[in-house]
Amino acid sequence: MKVDEIPEKLAKKESELRYAFLEQVKAIPGGEKIKACIQCGTCTGSCPVSYTMDISPRELIALFRAGDMATIMNSRTIWICASCYSCQTRCPSGIKITDIVYALKRTAMEKNYLSGKAKHVQILANLFIQNLMSYGRLHEGTLIRKFYTKTSIGKLFKMIPLGRIMYKKNRVAILPKKIKAYESLSKIIKRAQEIELRIAKERLKYSPEFVGYKGLGEMQLESRKGE
Amino acid sequence: MKYAYYPGCSLEKTQRGYDESVREIFKILDQELVEIDDWNCCGATIYMSVKETVSLAVSSRNLALAEKMNMEILAPCSSCYTVLSKTNRILNSIPEMHKDVNEALSEAGLSYSGKTKIRHPLDVLMNDVGIETIISKIKKNLNGLKIAPYYGCQIVRPEKGFDDFENPILLDQMFKKCGAEIIYYPMKVRCCGGMLMTTFEETALKLNKELLSCAVENGAEAIVTTCPLCHFNLEAYQGKINELYNTNCNIPILYFTQLLGIALGIDGKKLGIDGSFIPMTQKISSLMEVQYA
Repeated sequence: MKVDEIPEKLAKKESELRYAFLEQVKAIPGGEKIKACIQCGTCTGSCPVSYTMDISPRELIALFRAGDMATIMNSRTIWICASCYSCQTRCPSGIKITDIVYALKRTAMEKNYLSGKAKHVQILANLFIQNLMSYGRLHEGTLIRKFYTKTSIGKLFKMIPLGRIMYKKNRVAILPKKIKAYESLSKIIKRAQEIELRIAKERLKYSPEFVGYKGLGEMQLESRKGE
Repeated sequence: MKYAYYPGCSLEKTQRGYDESVREIFKILDQELVEIDDWNCCGATIYMSVKETVSLAVSSRNLALAEKMNMEILAPCSSCYTVLSKTNRILNSIPEMHKDVNEALSEAGLSYSGKTKIRHPLDVLMNDVGIETIISKIKKNLNGLKIAPYYGCQIVRPEKGFDDFENPILLDQMFKKCGAEIIYYPMKVRCCGGMLMTTFEETALKLNKELLSCAVENGAEAIVTTCPLCHFNLEAYQGKINELYNTNCNIPILYFTQLLGIALGIDGKKLGIDGSFIPMTQKISSLMEVQYA
């Protein structure tokens, strides 16, 4: 079957997801190789956590090609990827699978597909960013304390013995350390956020309808259109 | 040689043993480390998976600072090493992103060309300093100490770096020359789960159980790591793993720089071995003449 003959048009929601995702893929050097998947399953076989995924890495690409973004967005798979890059280095087609999963995560967070443990990953990510924004460096104690306070107080209490040992071994920084150039780092972050917004607005200029199966073939990494 | 030293957040306190041992062995091998003044967090894996331009800008600030020093960066933490290298690759292959990042950096009067090299201490020790120089300074033969060299993910992947993806050998070579015995350890590049320990704890515990029991069953007396997160997962959760899986692991986890430090005759305390949660075995203690429990 020729690409043009793919029968179904993507539902509006799905097509938006697909579009948002492909825009993310553009940020990956060599991201366009996603087209080259031969469905060999090396990724799934290499993944140390595939046994606990609901859809395997190979299926992830198959589902994407079949246009079923919603299933991917709602999967446990994209959140449990430990980012070990085993799949990526072994892929015979050179697909940047781990980076593609990052792009899927970003899309899911952007579009608010956050069920079950996905929420925890998002909470952790947000606290990490907060931490970095507040001090310029990561204060692990604050991160862990806030994370368990938000997700499971029981686990926070269970961490106490470990905390004690760490304290005894002089491995706890009681207070966060703020970097000196904190102000200028904030300025960098603020400007970068503005740039990210600008890029997002540019993306909105193009109709998401554009991205069907065909859109994948037309995906260009050379330029951000409209600039 | 002089290197722009980028310790990274975890080496400041929770993983001080790595920081202390890197500084000590570099001193003894006459390599100068100049800490990057006022470096910031690289953003780690987690930031890159959430925000694109912001994460690149945050990590680039460090690269720009090092560029000013005109030195290669030495990044011992595997995550920092990968994130900084990845930032370099992205900036060098997507000019628009490079432009965007420089636009953000200009807020702090900085700019970055994309040329700063990022190096891992294992790479520097084996390829710049050279094993012959190291051997010439060895004070203590490791006397057949059986070790499992554990490389983890991020110093060998995702890009072709200084060692092989599937079967890296630099740690093996280093410690074989120091007199240790390298056990058969097919798990040497298997993932420990990293941050999954906070979000998907059961899965991470299982991964670590496999890493630990493979080492123990094959007769290792210590696991030697290169990554702060692997080190922490393997060390701090051993008790929990024993409880959960009815195993009996009690194996010391050492940074490769700590074990090399021992061979170079450096005092264990200076190498941060007093910070270990798992007591050192008799054999390792006898190499240092002090018991750390």
